[in-house]
Amino acid sequence: MTGWLQRLGRYTLELLARLGREGLFLLRLLQAQVFLFSRPGLVPPQIHFLGVQSLPIIAVSGFFVGMVLGLQGYVNLVRFGAASSLGALVALSLVRELGPVMAALLYAGRAGSALTAEIGLMKTTEQLAGMEMMAVDPFKRVLAPRFMAGCIAMPLLAGIFTAVGILGGYFVAVEQLGTDSGAFWSQMQAAVEFREDVVNGVVIKSIVFSIVANWIALFEGYDTEPTAEGVGRATTRTVVNTSLAVLALDFVLTAFLFGAK
Amino acid sequence: MQSLRVLAPADLLVTVRGLSFSRGERVIFEQVDIDIRRGKITAIMGPSGTGKTTLLNLIGGLLQPAAGSIEVDGERVDELGLTEIYRLRKRMGMLFQSSALFTDLSVFENVAFPLREHTALPESIIHTLVLMKLEAVGLRGARDLFPSELSGGMARRVALARAIALDPMMIMYDEPFAGQDPISMGVLVKLIRTLNDALGLTSIVVSHDIKETASIADYIYLISNGRVVEQGTPAALDRSTSPWVEQFVHGLPDGPVPFHYPAPPYEAELLTGSAL
Repeated sequence: MTGWLQRLGRYTLELLARLGREGLFLLRLLQAQVFLFSRPGLVPPQIHFLGVQSLPIIAVSGFFVGMVLGLQGYVNLVRFGAASSLGALVALSLVRELGPVMAALLYAGRAGSALTAEIGLMKTTEQLAGMEMMAVDPFKRVLAPRFMAGCIAMPLLAGIFTAVGILGGYFVAVEQLGTDSGAFWSQMQAAVEFREDVVNGVVIKSIVFSIVANWIALFEGYDTEPTAEGVGRATTRTVVNTSLAVLALDFVLTAFLFGAK
Repeated sequence: MQSLRVLAPADLLVTVRGLSFSRGERVIFEQVDIDIRRGKITAIMGPSGTGKTTLLNLIGGLLQPAAGSIEVDGERVDELGLTEIYRLRKRMGMLFQSSALFTDLSVFENVAFPLREHTALPESIIHTLVLMKLEAVGLRGARDLFPSELSGGMARRVALARAIALDPMMIMYDEPFAGQDPISMGVLVKLIRTLNDALGLTSIVVSHDIKETASIADYIYLISNGRVVEQGTPAALDRSTSPWVEQFVHGLPDGPVPFHYPAPPYEAELLTGSAL
């Protein structure tokens, strides 16, 4: 009985300490952003690594998700003779939900895990300590540019995912199933509001997700236990925690941005 | 612990007084006093796991002591703020056991890294400086290689070139000879001595390789179980009759450092048998 209580207590204390460390980490990370004004050149290579190199997986996944949406939407809407609304269905699903959420989940798997492994290995091989001994702050030199690059890249990836997804929907609905092309686009144009759907959906959501995803990925790398096993565990934790955080936050954001008024 | 401001004599670069440090339950140092003299090579020796690396991290300000003071060139490392400690570290070099080279940068860029970060020198001067540092460790020809293409000994020499890039006042070597073949060991021994004398450095060498370390050290501290057990010049230690020094220097399997990890009596444990 007491053993169980003890474990619960220890677990709670560890969790609180970890949350505290995570909070302080974000604070230092944000403070270190100022440094980038003097060294803007550090950011573009990271955008290339985190953003450009994630493009294939984002584009391919986006196209498939769009095709599935087109197919499922057609099969169900055609029964009510509403196949012309397909464009609105595909676009709204992607812009409001699937674009930012799927892009964030894919980003966590492809770029977030790579970030954690990179930082974790730098810590394990004493590169971070070496940098500190050379009087170079790793928060400024290593973590800040990666955070900034990730926060720039991920919303763009979400936008690309959404756009490619709409093309995928168009491909199935119009090219394969023969829905009217004009109806597809005009219904979409009529249904999607820029402020209501695009800004509240893909823009705000993906910005929030990008901050969370990059924060978790960098923190897990920096907090890694410096062993091979520790880096492996940290990488897994990045993907799991980011996915959970993104899905939970998505509900909260949806409730605030699109909730019943 | 009262905060004593230790007045170090001018020839001492580093003074450690009453240093205590522990990791969780485990006590790493207890009331340790160490002096590092300017211009000399001081060796810190002891069995693995006695916190020798921890000591270097404490001197470099990467860790905070639980008690005691650490003074480097007249500044209390344990009391400095982040900005001051970074300023002080520009004058300290450290050679990590894993070399800690940046794996995404070439040898040239690794050595240029501290220069690019801390100076605004034009590219031509950086080029000259890096080649000079690489020449000093004999690796000018390897400048375009990447760390993954270097042998362990070469990686350590590149790290050494990087450590002297900013012309520091002192260098700390963490196990420089560990895992080296006899040739690269000889190269490193010679490099540590010549660099120390030619550049007017102060060197701290943490190691458990008796022969190599004793051949270059001016003064040796032997550490075990969180305390300084013996200190003196290599010659003095050689004459020491302390059983601890005897065991460490001659590599005896049993002695003050026991062969057996602490355990209940053998007989008692076999007879009671926990499986019953």
